[in-house]
Amino acid sequence: MGVEQTLGNNVITTTLDKVVNWSRAKSLWPMTFGLACCAIEMMAAGAARFDLDRMGVLFRASPRQADLIIIAGTVTKKMLPVIKVVYEQMPEPKYVVAMGACACSGGVFDTYSVVQGIDEELPVDVYVPGCPPRPEGLLYGLQKLQEKIMREKNSFGAAIGVGDRVIEA
Amino acid sequence: MSENAAVGKLKAKFSGSVLDVAEFRGETTVTVKKEDIVAICSFLKKELGYNFLTDLCGVDYLGKSPRFMVVYHLYNLGTKERLRLKVPVEESEPSVDTVSVVWSTANWHERECWDLMGITFNNHPDLRRILMPEDWVGHPLRKDYPVQGPGRKPYQDRLS
Repeated sequence: MGVEQTLGNNVITTTLDKVVNWSRAKSLWPMTFGLACCAIEMMAAGAARFDLDRMGVLFRASPRQADLIIIAGTVTKKMLPVIKVVYEQMPEPKYVVAMGACACSGGVFDTYSVVQGIDEELPVDVYVPGCPPRPEGLLYGLQKLQEKIMREKNSFGAAIGVGDRVIEA
Repeated sequence: MSENAAVGKLKAKFSGSVLDVAEFRGETTVTVKKEDIVAICSFLKKELGYNFLTDLCGVDYLGKSPRFMVVYHLYNLGTKERLRLKVPVEESEPSVDTVSVVWSTANWHERECWDLMGITFNNHPDLRRILMPEDWVGHPLRKDYPVQGPGRKPYQDRLS
């Protein structure tokens, strides 16, 4: 009983891009980095009830090991240089999820001290609206990011230094 | 007559400096001249036991003269009494002597007051910004500071 043979003596045909995209999409490692109340929902999404681990999303405590940074909260102008340093320390390929109204647009904090959306400084891949978004919202956003990664072209070529990755919108 | 025993002693010793005494719901507020603030504070700490500076902050009364007030909230840990000191500060010369020589906790409070209100504290050991970024220009908690920051256009002809 049970699975005695997973693949067997079979042949699978695919493209190298797809293999690379698949491996990247299914092992998104976000930087452990929270800024405000959205970080609480991000932690809830990572905990037992919603369990990001089952999607291969494991929070890493170092930007050197992270593929993704979830901007979870209000970005103040004083915090912005710190975020930029963390982002620059992440190895390529790297992705950005703007989580919540503040990271998307500044939210209710239309003031002198708050950055009016992290997209002013970093290239955002997925925007998750909400104040804060529920863990389901973040989960959906991460699934959208996985779909987006799966659509990338020439990701294998870029990895061995032939051309650049082509990223669709 | 004030309920707070400190007011009488303060009036006796600094009769020329006490501008006003106000009582409201058991809270005592003494307005004093800024020239004597360090002497008054060390008197209150050493002689009357106000050994804890709970808070120090600035207030901007834009359009009034004097424009600013620096407010000191004192607490006597022994007798559990509170006292509020207020110091009027003119817009033309927004500076007060530091009381960080009396209570060292005033160091950060005065940095915050300078950072956000633009009131300088003479003889402060380390007067630099504490909340805003180091290279920030201006003092954003002043009433005439635009809430969205300088250089922002109003969104659809309104401020927010």
